[in-house]
Amino acid sequence: MNPRLVVLWTVGLLVALALPHAVASNAWLNFWINTLMFAALGIAWNVLGGYGGQSSFGHAVFFGTGAYGTAVLQIKLGVPALLAAPAAIGLGALVGLFIGGVSFRYGLRGSYFALVTLAFAEVFRILVSSFAFTGAGFGMLIPLDQRPINLQFPSRFAFYYAALALVGIGLAASAMIERSRFGAYLVAIRENEEAAKALGIDVFRIKLGAIVLSAALAAAVGVFYAQYLLFVDAGSAFGPAISVEALLGPIVGGAGTMLGPLLGAIALHGLGEAAKAAMGPQPGLNLILQGLLLILMLRFLPEGLIGAIRRWRGHA
Amino acid sequence: MNALLEVENLVAGYGQTEILRSVSVAVAEGEIVSLLGSNGAGKTTFNHAVAGTLAPRGGLMRFAGKDRTGAPTTQMVAEGLIQVPEGRRVFPNLSVRENLWLGGYRRGSARRTDNLARVVGIFPRLGERLTQLAGTLSGGEQQMLAIGRGLMAEPRLLILDEPSLGLSPLLVEEMFGLIRGLNAEGLAILLVEQNVVQSLEIAARAYVMENGAIVASGSAAALRDDPALKKAYLGM
Repeated sequence: MNPRLVVLWTVGLLVALALPHAVASNAWLNFWINTLMFAALGIAWNVLGGYGGQSSFGHAVFFGTGAYGTAVLQIKLGVPALLAAPAAIGLGALVGLFIGGVSFRYGLRGSYFALVTLAFAEVFRILVSSFAFTGAGFGMLIPLDQRPINLQFPSRFAFYYAALALVGIGLAASAMIERSRFGAYLVAIRENEEAAKALGIDVFRIKLGAIVLSAALAAAVGVFYAQYLLFVDAGSAFGPAISVEALLGPIVGGAGTMLGPLLGAIALHGLGEAAKAAMGPQPGLNLILQGLLLILMLRFLPEGLIGAIRRWRGHA
Repeated sequence: MNALLEVENLVAGYGQTEILRSVSVAVAEGEIVSLLGSNGAGKTTFNHAVAGTLAPRGGLMRFAGKDRTGAPTTQMVAEGLIQVPEGRRVFPNLSVRENLWLGGYRRGSARRTDNLARVVGIFPRLGERLTQLAGTLSGGEQQMLAIGRGLMAEPRLLILDEPSLGLSPLLVEEMFGLIRGLNAEGLAILLVEQNVVQSLEIAARAYVMENGAIVASGSAAALRDDPALKKAYLGM
């Protein structure tokens, strides 16, 4: 790494570590916990949708599996959170393996793949809200018991640093993708699947690897969500809003880039907060703004904020 | 000479449509063979079936003496049967170097570096443009890149699908010169082409395909005057 990058990363890390203490307010802390959580979800989506070009419209299915997995294991089966969390991440990866196995085996791509993932998320949402075992329409409350073995912390700062760690893990995974043969193959598949096949790349296996990794990361974010709120319900864990959150950040920030999803999440949530401050908390206003922003981004900056920065630096 | 690729009575197609009806083709070690035929004769389907991107429905394929009928592309590439697909198929948004590396990942990193040096030696113009995006190359350069990417995998047999497609006459001349040069270094080449005249100039032997079957074959010199060739192309 060149020294300028080392300095930049060090400064970035220090800023991230100090950030929650910069302003002594719960709103400030909540904002960053939320933003980092959805940044981590965007980073997860980016593994499959950004590097691999397989745009999922249903990442809520992995997020929800993580959230519900940890909740059900704790509440119904009495598993301590410390074990339930990795198990739920594993479940998320398995769901990824299944959806990927079915979709990629039959060569689903583009909008067909997007629709199938959306359908899976909806099916999970309906199933979860139908059975008493998963809390039916009421959702599930994880009993409050603030001990580290329960992954519950009395201080919100702990959740901030946990969210930061999730982002860090996601970024590390992205960096490894950018430097590995697996990642080069994944990008080749995104760029031209037929040509990738002709090179002898096992397209099915690479895509499967990408969806499993992406699903596991998204499930980890779901676990965090459940532990942070201590409540899960079908609509907010498996709902389309989560799937949209997962892809919006990367698209705004720059899909297929390491920092794009993080940048996109900060921009989107910052804008949402600014809108709330300017116009009061009208419900749905932030969604309208997000929609508008997405249209503008796709029209004028299809490569996202990172693409815009690169172009600007190229001109400068 | 030892047979490297032996295809016997290969049958292949898509869905209900049978495109190849019993095709037999052989290429020996170090040989350059041309497979000729007009548009729609089944040449590309043949390529896909041999390279493993399309499962054959019947017949037999041997590579280096071993039965490889229906073997997947990953295995064929590992064993040295490399296809350079039609229409160049480079990765336009990746750099020239990244494109080349993608061809050579399955060989270790030291050999990858050696292979890159070798490919750049053969195509100096690629060497000058290693950091350039492949999509910004000219048509001829993209074709060179596609072939170079194939060479990165250390082929024993290189299957070139229409390498002259869309190139200016001057570039076609250059391209065929390069192909002849590769063959002179001992690389076996199966040249799948519409360009009859120049293909027959550089090939030792040739096959003529029409409607999914081989209608003529023999030495390039003998085929040049074969009426079957004219019929396959002009329908006379």
